[in-house]
Amino acid sequence: MTYEFLVASAIGVLVAGGTYLCLRARTFAVVLGLTLLSYAVNLFLFASGRLVIGRPPIWDGAIAPYADPLPQALVLTAIVITFGMTAFVVVLALRSFLETGSDHVDGDKVACDAQDGLMKDEPSRDGES
Amino acid sequence: MAIAVTLLTLVILPFAAALAIALLHGAPRRVHSAIASAASAGGLAILAMLAGPVLGGATPSATWAWVPSLGLDLALMVDPLGWIFALLILGIGLLVVIFAHAYLHPGEDTGRFFASLMLFQGAMLGIVIAGNVLLLLVFWELTSLASFLLIGFWQHKPEARQGARMALAVTGGGGLALIGGLVLLGLVAGSFDLATILTRGEAVQASPLYPAILTLILIGCFTKSAQFPFHFWLPHAMAAPTPVSAYLHSATMVKAGVFLLARLWPVLAGTELYTITVTSVGLVTMLLGAGVALFRHDLKSILAYSTISQLGMLVMLLGFSLEAAAMAAVLHILNHAAFKAAMFMSAGIVEHETGTRDIRRLGGLAKAMPITALIATLAAAAMAGLPPLGGFISKELVLGEALAFATPDALWLIPALVTLGAGLSVGYSLRLAGHLFFGQPREAEPFARAHEPGVGLWASPALLTTLALLLGLVPMLLAAPLVGPATGAVTGRTPPELDLGLWHGVNLALILSVIAVAGGVLLLWQHKRLLAAWERAPLPDAKLIFDRVMRLADRWVRKAIVATHRPRLQTMLLASFGVTIALVIDGALAGGGTLAGDRPGIAASVPGIAAWALLVAATAAVVLDARHRFRALILISVIGLVVCLAFVQFSAPDLALTQIAVEAVSVLLLLLALNLLPKQPPALSSAPRKGRDALVAIAAGLAVGGIAWAMLTRDPGASIAAFHLANAKTGGGGTNVVNVILVDFRGFDTFGEIIVLGIAGLSIFALLDTTATGAAGARLRAWRTDLPLSPERHPMMLVAASRIILPLTLTVGIFLFLRGHNQPGGGFIAALVVAIAFLVQYLAAGFDWSDARKPFGEHRLIGWGILLALATGLGAMVLGAPFLTSWFDYFKLPLVGTFELASAMLFDAGVFLTVLGAVMLALAQLSHIGMRAARAAARDSGRRGA
Repeated sequence: MTYEFLVASAIGVLVAGGTYLCLRARTFAVVLGLTLLSYAVNLFLFASGRLVIGRPPIWDGAIAPYADPLPQALVLTAIVITFGMTAFVVVLALRSFLETGSDHVDGDKVACDAQDGLMKDEPSRDGES
Repeated sequence: MAIAVTLLTLVILPFAAALAIALLHGAPRRVHSAIASAASAGGLAILAMLAGPVLGGATPSATWAWVPSLGLDLALMVDPLGWIFALLILGIGLLVVIFAHAYLHPGEDTGRFFASLMLFQGAMLGIVIAGNVLLLLVFWELTSLASFLLIGFWQHKPEARQGARMALAVTGGGGLALIGGLVLLGLVAGSFDLATILTRGEAVQASPLYPAILTLILIGCFTKSAQFPFHFWLPHAMAAPTPVSAYLHSATMVKAGVFLLARLWPVLAGTELYTITVTSVGLVTMLLGAGVALFRHDLKSILAYSTISQLGMLVMLLGFSLEAAAMAAVLHILNHAAFKAAMFMSAGIVEHETGTRDIRRLGGLAKAMPITALIATLAAAAMAGLPPLGGFISKELVLGEALAFATPDALWLIPALVTLGAGLSVGYSLRLAGHLFFGQPREAEPFARAHEPGVGLWASPALLTTLALLLGLVPMLLAAPLVGPATGAVTGRTPPELDLGLWHGVNLALILSVIAVAGGVLLLWQHKRLLAAWERAPLPDAKLIFDRVMRLADRWVRKAIVATHRPRLQTMLLASFGVTIALVIDGALAGGGTLAGDRPGIAASVPGIAAWALLVAATAAVVLDARHRFRALILISVIGLVVCLAFVQFSAPDLALTQIAVEAVSVLLLLLALNLLPKQPPALSSAPRKGRDALVAIAAGLAVGGIAWAMLTRDPGASIAAFHLANAKTGGGGTNVVNVILVDFRGFDTFGEIIVLGIAGLSIFALLDTTATGAAGARLRAWRTDLPLSPERHPMMLVAASRIILPLTLTVGIFLFLRGHNQPGGGFIAALVVAIAFLVQYLAAGFDWSDARKPFGEHRLIGWGILLALATGLGAMVLGAPFLTSWFDYFKLPLVGTFELASAMLFDAGVFLTVLGAVMLALAQLSHIGMRAARAAARDSGRRGA
């Protein structure tokens, strides 16, 4: 069992999980799916510099091989941008839910709460309960 | 160099004025009009300075490379033709500004008006002094956009919006054709430089592409200059305020097409195709416009069709491909600009003072407004081509040229039709002046309201009419010095000798002119009967046809979109994923070879395998149990931590720090959002659908995992990392190569990324700030928490601990920031750590307490951060180095010892501020609306309890 195999298979598992969740009908699942896909993409980009143990790219005068700093720099900003994207998507989902009363990705009317909606579609009209 | 600065100032002045007016939007109208007139007057002063050399035969020009790889230069040049047009644009622009100052009603948005007007002026000026055809295109498109804003200035009027849209659709569509035409022209001529293109006429006309080039360019010119069959937008553009009509439709916008025809005359003109097409389009347009103008009742509509007709005449003259005809065209451009602007302004005055533009309701106004009557009557006489006004001279020249064009082939139809057109012009001009100012008032009410306007309104048309008169009385003094060199610039030959005057003895042109006047009088005499016949005739309505075509296009486009792009996210994503996977598999099979390479791997340790197992298990749990959303969040953070551990293990301390900080912030964010979202909704997907999606997902996982495996088991090619490692310390002054790459080697990328992050933060704010109203607001107010709440809102221990931790965390943040250049850390990580420090306060003490004590505004942080990063980059440019070049040096301080100062640190501070601002903005805003909802709920239950 090598680390290369572990990383590659972890990327595969994350992509599979992310893809499946992105295909779900509710916005929150899609957000989770995007998060998993982002982990996978960031790991993949990072792995393109290959796996190196114990040689962080902090220059110490030695010529010995360091871990490739370029993918690391790219992934560093990618992580932060991922946060920006996740935040934006989740807020978009929230806004869509607040506007339509549904958390379906296409805004279709669907039941939203298992315990018979504390948050009904049209709050003004169901005062009898 | 001086001339370059002069030309640049000339073209920048109007844009600068537009910007200044827009920035001083709230200032009173006199400030707006003062800026606009100062800019126009300044431009005129520059033109006056250039007059000597330009009219003397020199062509001042300047070129700056802009996008050299495309052949696009910022090239400006002023030749006599461009100079005359610039004179019209700026001179009439100045008069229009003065007129508009008095014309616009109190309360109108003068800031928007004058800013758009100046934008338009700048764009127009750019067209006429551009020395590169690609640059000309840029300005050409800009005039379409600016005229859209001006025509639709009165946004509350449907006809203004429709007119603006129609003008944009027609001239913008023509602009597309023009892009094609000019790009082809440039390719055939071998250069996009205008002066070079003008010398390549023979090569262009010999090219097999010439018909395509000509057609495309003519479509561009004809749409802009409202030539048949594209003429219909111009009357609808009359929904604009009258000063706009006076500007756009006398001297500028519609003349742009004529200008381009004249500009490209040496390249395009002279062929049979050109002569036949351009002459016949011009002739048809001239007759059509003049004929319709005779039967219109709206003053501005009459003038609009008259403009179409006169433009047709100009196009026809250029189509003749004769030098003398080009001269007549240049002269008539001057005349037309003067009298048509005066006519539009007079129409505006009449409407302003009587409340109507319907000629059937007006009459006898000379008694009520004698000055306006005098001005407008003289201008109409010039429009009719009566002596002793300038219009007479140019009309006689036109008739003469029609004869000269017709003589060799005995095409007698052309002079006959031109005479007919001239007669129609006499007819509508006389009708306009006669019915408006003389005879008896047709309706009492508008006449009773009518009164002489203030000098602010009549000064501009008076000056223009005086010019129209002087162009007839002293043409050799006023017109000849301009027209001669400009004709030379059109034809590309030496300027012709001119002999302009009212009287050249009795010749055929004079006889035709007399016939035209007589015909016009006859038309006016028989106008009632002709009008009745006209109204009986079945005539096509261009607007209806246009609307029908647009609707048809709209319907087909919709059909095409729905056919190819179903509005279902799941279907679209499935298709995208499916296609991508298929492509990957196809590519992998086509490559052949084995999946695994022969690069030796690193044996995994037991903890490593355990972490991997944890990740796989957590992912599986998230997928299988995504409905339990809180649990899913916990599992997601487990995955994030394993990824973070991977970064630690594989020599990426910076990534590990970033990942763990982002992890904390992300989970907080999702928690806050989940507070308002359903926590555990019922399942939606059917089992077969889940099965299908699972298959696609597994295929995707295998494909990407396979690629990763193939990549990791092979050696990488030569990496540019060697350069980064070697130069980080010596060139960037830091030993943390990742940080040096971020702030120095690839600083421009980072700059872009913080802008994206700032935009994301601001968009989140925009999405959430507006939830207080509408359906979202109603739902938020009706929100009830569906979670058991802790009896203690702000647990004492948490509050106390968080306050103690705050300064410590801030210190850690500053420490990470300061050491970032040499050790793991830096602006990104420090910002996230500081953000977490503040967010903990929000969590512990609540939104209100924390928000009230927050020492900064997030919007400002984002803005200042980006500005600081930008200023650092520009600072390098000021010092003569490329954008974002960093500087560093070492200093000694007593006690502290040697330390380093680097400009990259300032850049990193910009990154820090932006990231902090964006993160805080997103989370604070989210917790703010949650708080608002909770408060509304508490108020509600309190009321119910009482």
